[in-house]
Amino acid sequence: MQMRDFVVRFAGEGGQGVVTSAEGLAQSSTQVGYHALTFATFPSQILGGPTWTQARISVDPVQAPGDDVDVLVAFNREAYDNHYAEVREDGVVIFNSTEFDLEGDSRAFGLPVEELARSTGNNRAANMVIMGALAHLVNMPHEYLEEFVERRFSRGREGDDEIIRSNLQALRLGREHIALSGFNLGELAPSKMPEYQQLMIKGNEALSLGAIAGGLDFYVGYPISPATPILLYMERNLIGKDRFAYQVSSEIESITAILGAGYAGKRAMTATAGPGVSLMSEGLGLSWVAEIPLVVVDVQRGGPATGLPTKTEQSDLMSCMFPAHGDVRVPVIAVGTVEECFYGAVKAIEWAEKYQGPVILMSEMALAERAQNIPKPDLSKVKPAQRWVYEGNNGYQRYAGYELSPMPLPGGPGAYVANGSEHDDIGDTTHLPERHIQMTQRRFGKIKLLEEEYYEREGAEHSVAILPWGGSKGPAQEAYDILKRQGAPVSWYYTMYLNPLPPKLLEELKQKDLVIVPELNYQGQFSSILRAAGVKAESITQYTGLPFKARTLVERISEMTNFRLTEAVGV
Amino acid sequence: MSKKNPEYDFKWCPGCGDFGVRRALEFAMIDRLEETGLPMENNVVVAGIGCSGNLVHLLEGDQPYGMHGIHGRSLPIALGVKMARPELNVVVVAGDGDFLSIGGEHIGPQAARNLNITAVIMDNGVYGLTKGQSSPTTKLGVITSSTPYGKIESQINPLELYLTLGVSYIASGFSGQPRPLSRLIKQGMEHPGFSIVHVQSPCTTYNDTFEELKGNPRKGIEPTLWEVPDDHDPSSKAAAYDVIQRGGLPVGVVYNDESRPALEQRVEQMWDTARARSAEELMASFEF
Repeated sequence: MQMRDFVVRFAGEGGQGVVTSAEGLAQSSTQVGYHALTFATFPSQILGGPTWTQARISVDPVQAPGDDVDVLVAFNREAYDNHYAEVREDGVVIFNSTEFDLEGDSRAFGLPVEELARSTGNNRAANMVIMGALAHLVNMPHEYLEEFVERRFSRGREGDDEIIRSNLQALRLGREHIALSGFNLGELAPSKMPEYQQLMIKGNEALSLGAIAGGLDFYVGYPISPATPILLYMERNLIGKDRFAYQVSSEIESITAILGAGYAGKRAMTATAGPGVSLMSEGLGLSWVAEIPLVVVDVQRGGPATGLPTKTEQSDLMSCMFPAHGDVRVPVIAVGTVEECFYGAVKAIEWAEKYQGPVILMSEMALAERAQNIPKPDLSKVKPAQRWVYEGNNGYQRYAGYELSPMPLPGGPGAYVANGSEHDDIGDTTHLPERHIQMTQRRFGKIKLLEEEYYEREGAEHSVAILPWGGSKGPAQEAYDILKRQGAPVSWYYTMYLNPLPPKLLEELKQKDLVIVPELNYQGQFSSILRAAGVKAESITQYTGLPFKARTLVERISEMTNFRLTEAVGV
Repeated sequence: MSKKNPEYDFKWCPGCGDFGVRRALEFAMIDRLEETGLPMENNVVVAGIGCSGNLVHLLEGDQPYGMHGIHGRSLPIALGVKMARPELNVVVVAGDGDFLSIGGEHIGPQAARNLNITAVIMDNGVYGLTKGQSSPTTKLGVITSSTPYGKIESQINPLELYLTLGVSYIASGFSGQPRPLSRLIKQGMEHPGFSIVHVQSPCTTYNDTFEELKGNPRKGIEPTLWEVPDDHDPSSKAAAYDVIQRGGLPVGVVYNDESRPALEQRVEQMWDTARARSAEELMASFEF
């Protein structure tokens, strides 16, 4: 049987190399032309604790972690107990027989990983033992991984040869050993190296890079899972003349510091998760009222309160679009893939300057920690956002009229007060009714400047549409492809611009009899917003802390559309 | 209503201490500009919420930049302005409620950072704009609208707090003496680090302490204000502590430590090892 993809789950104790193995497999596979992505969940503790990461290796580009586990690599007994049920019936379990013994599972085979590694003279080759075994299971040509090893360890250092030799031996030992089991999953179709240059990158890294490419020059943050890697990335890579990155003492300091920086002329950003968004509420309102550009990234996790800090969820949409008291509706971009993490960040910085106010960029745990191969963004097409700077004389009326106006920069002409109280033309406080009317209309009117043309659209002739948002895009896309193959009359729509929605998209959606919105929250937050906009939207919800499986979506969409599936659905 | 803006509907009560503080701040900014040759637009006044914060709209003459933000958060806003543009002169104006109660959590971090800004605090021992509730500097036992049976918390000593938190320039002033006060503020602006000028700025409506501060010989009231003597060594923390413990309200520079680099200097020192990389450079590390 020829396979187009397979999923390997590594499970064990934190610190046993679970993450390294999965990322190593993903990386080596992409280097020989496959597509790969990882999916990670962590225990919310520093050392130890049960943890698992899986890698999906595919001939074609994929955007979801995969429904079924083809191979489970269990580093200890507990990992086996917790995960064996998710291995598909004709899958394989490789267990570390140096660590424990297992009987009675006909799919399981013990691999003395550490012993084999030791016998090569290189204890650190344990990963390669596993890799060799995995390659054998899917009949991956030997040369692929051998090439990878040679390339990876040819670093021009003394001892490279020895390391290459031991790793090649580890590959061979893994292969030979698993061959004794007689297990085989089928044959993975040959890979085809894409012709474009690629990056192997995680969501949080792509987002950080996008922000920097978009012109970011001021970043502050406060540690919080799963947004912390963005802070760390900025502190390593953004600090320099005229650029600043810094850890402040709370999310309240984060939002107010970027308010100050945005006011003073910087393209400023912070990243946080749900609890931080709650603390930033008042500051976001100030940014909206005083018309100060800034970007807040919300890397969503399970909520409310401390919630599920290391699990994925899409339950912050309401608090991101309506983060503050009073009449506020903040522009929101929600990214759905690692590649979109890059472009969404570029766009968020651009939007903030374009309409002079707060923009919220939503990501989520499952994307943040996902390592994936993506086409290298073409930086020649990315222009850093520019501020519209006031260049006239003093006596400027910053807030006159209903339209966007140029911003004076401190130090230059046009001094004004950026005021969180309702204000008049020069920024002084006033509570006159006509001023509140004017300024409220001005603030909402500016959102129109952000209306985008582009959105994804397929099979538009059907009256039922699937419209996922954020990270549910991946599984929804797979579900849609299956349904399409089966002849289901459904159309596909997608945008990362949730507020404002591309106007033409909204028009189209309003014409549909049913718009199905898969989203990871209880209330169906996006469909509520769509219904308020006049769209007949209904959600498919899930709130497990885990992403959708494509199979679940296929089944539920079929039910909702009364579409009879012609065969058992496999992905 | 002010002359410059007929729509502006806020005004201080007659006799409010904040008038004197405004005058002192204007003097300090103008004197400094005359010395440096920089335009008024080089100043950014970050205001807290309350009577005192409204100062930013009431400044006369050439206008500085201003930000009238949210309650209690003037310090971290100032952090953003200053670290974005270290060449700007950043001044915080706030009251005792804004700065010491809701905003109290921000003093310690700025002190540790030695953020190079000047906070001018107008202490009237009461929440004025919300009409007379007790504040951190209201005295124990005082009856206010929110303490109908007398305040049951101890009054905090702001100067002692600042000293403990490591604020590197601490001055104590009085709104009734705008000229001397302006010199304390200007020295704070010149100080290379976090400076706080804590000003007694009485509220004539809810907590009129003018007589108590200045004294009244006819009534036999001794003034609580006293001048910090010339022989006080402000570089000594121990001496500063003595001044604060002496009771009453000192007027002058209480503490002045110029030995610590300001945050922006520490950041600049980092540039030797840290390096801002271009997106192109950064992206290369993910290529394969």
